[in-house]
Amino acid sequence: MFEVLILTLDSTVRLSTPLLLACLAGLYSERSGVVDIGLEGKMLGAAFGAGAVAYITANAWLGLMAGIAVSVALGLLHGFASITNRGNQIVSGVAINFLAAGLTALLGQTWFQQGGRTPSLPDGGRFKDVVWPFAEQIREVPFIGPLYGELISGHNLLVYSAFLAVPLTWWVLFRSRFGLRLRAVGESPAAVDTAGISVTWLRYRAVIACGILCGFAGAYLSIAQGSGFGVNMTAGKGFIALAALIFAKWRPASAMFACLLFGFLDAVSIRMQGQEIPGIGEIPVQFFQALPYILTVILLAGFIGKAIPPKAAGIPYLKERS
Amino acid sequence: MGKLNAKPCMSEDINVKKLLTMGTALAGLAFSVAGAMAADIKPAVLYDLGGRFDKSFNEAAYTGAEKFKEDNGVEYRDFEIQNDSQREQALRNFAKRGMSPIVAIGFSQANAVEKVAKEFPDLQFAIVDMVVDLPNVRSILFKEQEGSYVVGMLAAMASETGKVGFVGGMDIPLISKFACGYKQGVKSVNADAEIFENMTGTTGAAWNDPVKGGELAKSQFDRGADVVYHAAGGTGIGVLQAAADAGKLGIGVDSNQNALHPGSVLTSMLKRVDIAVYQAFEDAQNDTWSSGFEVLGLKEGGVDWALDDHNAELVNDEMKAAVELASQKIISGEIEVHDYMSDQSCPF
Repeated sequence: MFEVLILTLDSTVRLSTPLLLACLAGLYSERSGVVDIGLEGKMLGAAFGAGAVAYITANAWLGLMAGIAVSVALGLLHGFASITNRGNQIVSGVAINFLAAGLTALLGQTWFQQGGRTPSLPDGGRFKDVVWPFAEQIREVPFIGPLYGELISGHNLLVYSAFLAVPLTWWVLFRSRFGLRLRAVGESPAAVDTAGISVTWLRYRAVIACGILCGFAGAYLSIAQGSGFGVNMTAGKGFIALAALIFAKWRPASAMFACLLFGFLDAVSIRMQGQEIPGIGEIPVQFFQALPYILTVILLAGFIGKAIPPKAAGIPYLKERS
Repeated sequence: MGKLNAKPCMSEDINVKKLLTMGTALAGLAFSVAGAMAADIKPAVLYDLGGRFDKSFNEAAYTGAEKFKEDNGVEYRDFEIQNDSQREQALRNFAKRGMSPIVAIGFSQANAVEKVAKEFPDLQFAIVDMVVDLPNVRSILFKEQEGSYVVGMLAAMASETGKVGFVGGMDIPLISKFACGYKQGVKSVNADAEIFENMTGTTGAAWNDPVKGGELAKSQFDRGADVVYHAAGGTGIGVLQAAADAGKLGIGVDSNQNALHPGSVLTSMLKRVDIAVYQAFEDAQNDTWSSGFEVLGLKEGGVDWALDDHNAELVNDEMKAAVELASQKIISGEIEVHDYMSDQSCPF
């Protein structure tokens, strides 16, 4: 039983990593007052960029860089439309989603001619699992062994960086001067402006931070968890990350737990499929596939209390009315 | 039993230079351009949701069509659908242009084929994996259970833990047919073997979800499986990848997938959709077209298992001999492999 639990949690960690990265990305952006529904598109773009470059260069690091570059570029596009030109942030985000979905498939087909997929990555093109010291030696030790050997050791670098990004994000947002200003610009941009700080530049920096994290998320999908890009491989993860963000009331630690919960449900649905449960018998696959969505609805409907977004979220900042 | 050589993968010889100089032609166009028609037939292929290059089921059809083109210089058209509503449109489009024979790949095309074939009684249609009972439709079925039985035997013989896995694509009777034959094959070698069976999903998206496939395979490895067989189209790429990553063995399906991860793919269950497509084109060209059922099993060479340089070291002589013997017994009828579709249940 303990073994099963550990293995399910292990799978949870793998599945919640892209959600967590995207969720933290959204956190930066939305805390600064820029609603970002384009997380999905940025992840997809990054996944493609990473997959394509990692295939060509056989270098996972270059792949990651490319993924970040694509994602940041899309982020800047969003910034240009919604910060500089004060366009509607939702519309701009949706546009980015469509752009990424179409462009990745088109470019993938043109360059690789495998129906939009990038070819399987060569060795070195992927982030391999890192086995921590002594993981094998202490595997037999009860409790600690599997906990350390399976759950903590044996993930790839991007998984660890995702979970390290949580305290880092907390520190940046709540302990640094940049974070204070970032939050202020999301609540009351006029006050920040009065203090002589550029609202535009602050928001751009938030959007870039968002792009970088989305780049990690996308790269994780195509060159760490998977091996190569597949058409529409994000499959709605960006939207689930957005739901997790609301769930977590725009706080880093809560965001991590929300993402872990969604990841856990996903892992359970995979693991419980076709297994007998004592006393109940075999539960249909469909039930487990629907479970994450059912729980999301129930939890959102009553259990988390009111989720209040940053006050200025979604509102373009106008310096003065004329 | 005839051994099959690995078909070269068209996709793998793309190098960087070529990549950079490419960039026109196929782009967003799903129709591959048909040049001058050499003979008087105008064949067409309609792929299922997995897409032409799923390295598996649809790619087998593509291979067959390409081979026919090479051998006879007959151009063909093909189309990759993006969603279910395009099936009928695409078929009607082909039919309106007078394309014939039109080969539809996959059981999901049945309704569309039935509708369009009725509207164009003079054209020849063929459908793979499903029966459409019309005078101008050839329904091509495979005895997947026989091929799966054989690879099941290999899996059981290669397994050290006595536990093996199966990852299916969409949860439909056709895939259960693969699973059931596989189980019977495993049990014939090792009656105590434990078999984990997972389906990726219940919608068409389940054919193209490598990440989920990989997770399913990993969950089976965690439970002790060391050989995993997939019948999941594009999803299977993730299954085989997970097997290679974990140092376990995968078994490919439909096309010869041994070369995807040499040394980590035990074998591939070949479903010769390529032969079926080739045959359909050829029959139309030679004016020997026949409608009705066509069931291809081990005997007809419609299903088989792949042995080539990439897995030669994984299959020892003992395994080979056992499998050859079983194949002969299946062909002679001595071993009867259960067909899941016949009673919608699997006794194993």
